[in-house]
Amino acid sequence: MSKPLKQIHLAAHFPGVNNTTVWSDPEAGSHIEFSSFAHFARTAERARFDFLFLAEGLRLREQGGHIYDLDVVGRPDTFTVLAALAAVTEHLGLTGTINSTFNEPYEVARQFASLDHLSGGRAAWNVVTSWDAFTGENFRRGGFLPQEERYSRAKEFLATANELFDSWRGDEVVADRAGGTFLNDAKAGAFVHHGQHFDIEGQFNVPRSPQGRPVIFQAGDSEEGREFAASGADAIFSRYSTLKEGQAFYTDVKARLARYGRRSDQLLILPAATFVLGDTDAEAEEHAREVRRLQVSGATAIKHLEFVWNRDLSAYDPDGPLPDIDPDLGEHTVARGRAQVRMYRDPLATAREWRERAAANKWSIRDLVIETGSRQAFVGSPATVAATINDFVQADASDGFILVPHITPGGLDTFADKVVPLLQERGVHRTEYEGTTLRDHLGLAHPDARTPADRVAS
Amino acid sequence: MSSSRSPLHLAVALDGAGWHPAAWREPVSRPGELLTAAYWADLVTEAEHGLLDFVTIEDALGLQSSSPTEPDGRTDQVRGRLDAVLIAARIAPLTRHIGIVPTVVATHTEPFHISKAIATLDYVSTGRAGVRVQVTARQNEAAHFGRRTLPPFRIEDYRTPAGQELVTDLFEEAADYVEVVRRLWDSWEDDAEIRDIATGRFIDRDKLHYIDFESGRFSVKGPSITPRPPQGQPIVSALAHATVPYRLVARAADLGYVTPHDAEQARAIVEEIRTEQTAAGRGDETVHVFGDLVVFLDDDPAAAEARRERLDALAGHPYTGDARIFTGTPAELADLLLELSEAGLSGFRLRPAVVGHDLPAITRGLVPELQRRGAFRRAYEADTLRGLLGLTHPANRYATTA
Repeated sequence: MSKPLKQIHLAAHFPGVNNTTVWSDPEAGSHIEFSSFAHFARTAERARFDFLFLAEGLRLREQGGHIYDLDVVGRPDTFTVLAALAAVTEHLGLTGTINSTFNEPYEVARQFASLDHLSGGRAAWNVVTSWDAFTGENFRRGGFLPQEERYSRAKEFLATANELFDSWRGDEVVADRAGGTFLNDAKAGAFVHHGQHFDIEGQFNVPRSPQGRPVIFQAGDSEEGREFAASGADAIFSRYSTLKEGQAFYTDVKARLARYGRRSDQLLILPAATFVLGDTDAEAEEHAREVRRLQVSGATAIKHLEFVWNRDLSAYDPDGPLPDIDPDLGEHTVARGRAQVRMYRDPLATAREWRERAAANKWSIRDLVIETGSRQAFVGSPATVAATINDFVQADASDGFILVPHITPGGLDTFADKVVPLLQERGVHRTEYEGTTLRDHLGLAHPDARTPADRVAS
Repeated sequence: MSSSRSPLHLAVALDGAGWHPAAWREPVSRPGELLTAAYWADLVTEAEHGLLDFVTIEDALGLQSSSPTEPDGRTDQVRGRLDAVLIAARIAPLTRHIGIVPTVVATHTEPFHISKAIATLDYVSTGRAGVRVQVTARQNEAAHFGRRTLPPFRIEDYRTPAGQELVTDLFEEAADYVEVVRRLWDSWEDDAEIRDIATGRFIDRDKLHYIDFESGRFSVKGPSITPRPPQGQPIVSALAHATVPYRLVARAADLGYVTPHDAEQARAIVEEIRTEQTAAGRGDETVHVFGDLVVFLDDDPAAAEARRERLDALAGHPYTGDARIFTGTPAELADLLLELSEAGLSGFRLRPAVVGHDLPAITRGLVPELQRRGAFRRAYEADTLRGLLGLTHPANRYATTA
């Protein structure tokens, strides 16, 4: 007997601050104006996607002491955009990255509870952490945390937020006009939390929202990140785009759930994935090559090398060979506020490997960055891409994808028009929303239906 | 009667079912829907039908209370609310002309977050955002954050030296907060995004600026992550009842809400704000001073009076507050507003006692009455809130190119 087909969860990441986004294309519109977000969200909803995803950054990136100017710079406030998008969509989930380092649980909890009310149960929170004093310079509390405390604060932040969400059961507002009783419980929202990072008490002032709690997403694939996700997240963002890596990650994370008393379907694995479509596979390959050249200009290639070398390489020719000097292993000062910096944990080894590969293939600096940089995960005709995505999900390498188009805001249009119908024909993607909340779309239980053992340990 | 006076500005202050604590019990109220988007959309749409300049949305970081300084544990009044900035963003795409002004609490929030949130509200409303900045001395709200403790503070403490010190400190912090928010709005020049394909540069980084704000209270580096909003500077407003907050209005705001009980008091308050404004070097800038009034409006004055008495009886005591309570007809209210405007108020923020009744009474009763007298607009004359308030697009303090 064959296994029943898994339903594919699809989401869309609004393209923004990174060199995936091609801003120089004549089709590229604003990444700030609301009309762009509305177009993108409506496309995602037309394609019956589970949710839209917004990233966050709290300080503009720098290179060599100057604001980085080669990628899209700037973005709007996450909560505000999501609340406005709730007005122009009906079903689409609204997921925002919100940092647990530069915020306080009471405020974030009331923002997410408010967003959940205002969207009729479509809010999700991607919990991220930071230990970055550079970003902290924009905040009163400074925000610097020793690295070993980042997950400890994040865990306690999430646990505290959950205590606040749970401080209203959901039946307190009776609004009985005749009897004059608005609340049936004067203690509604009462909470006390005395922990290592937060020492707070009082009454939460947002009654329980349609989803009870927002859906919780977690990114990060370190050991601690995987464990954090297994303990309390509803979905995890990953970046494994090959089948084997995807399967290994999927198996590892799903296996961790049991130790928290959770079933394997209580955490969805959703890798971020780029894509390039063409009428034929060959045309898509050709287009993908062009896109990569647009994503990595000569100047971008040099700057990218500087993440690893931690040195000013502006004198190098992007069309010439790699530098023969070694990276500076001191404190990273050249590039700040960039996630990529943290990707290269052993710069000497990375530099050595890149020099060898470039020499062996006769690659210039720019060639090297294009070849080693993030590739489009899915390149091909709509039929090829639909088949590849389906194979990936059915082989348990993921539960779906968060698609990252390279054009704002129309980069999702062709996918919605041409790939989604093929997935629907295969019976692996919904043709209508089954429910109204994001939990419904993701097949997640309402938190009030969970057993106590499923709750996050605080 | 026609007149050459400058037209009045009118705003409405939205809070739950209305400003009277028993408002939610009126048949016209929708107490079970106060946390829904549809409720807020209906209110703001109604206000826009009435051509009002803007709505404000109340907020606080703790449950509502009949006590000005601490929780009251009551269950017979509306308790629970949503974040005002998010309500504002949720309704912005549903409206086209009306300004939207949520409340934010400066005492416990981060100016960096609020600056980008209000800038983004300006984007999602295409130039109709403002903000009302408020401080809080409530100990219970401080305990929700756990980052600072505030001394006990009751209304009786207000006039004591310790009370004055606390109030002054909270408002000076709020002034710092507004300064940071404003600098962040200016931290991108309007034309910073260049998309220069020849050089591969998306922005001209010389047009982005660190704000380097330092005070004894906090420091913020900048620039904002959000480009300068459509209005350049969204409207900053604050409610003020005494000299210390008047100073905040005069130094830092575009608009202050004050609570005079007669024309003489209105004149004195306006004069005090103008004096502070001049002292702050802003004598030539437009700072609107709006009078706040709670209103019970009915075509028959006796009906308004009876409604007020009925609600007071339900609440168990007569409703009082900081602002004057007006009870009467739209024509009588028009008379009062025109009289107060002679004293120097440029507009009014009306607080509907019962939103479901008094908001439509404002838009369908008061507004036509004022229009008949030539004292209120007959169509929206601008697409931005600054435009409605007669304010021009402000120069960027950091602009390096003229």
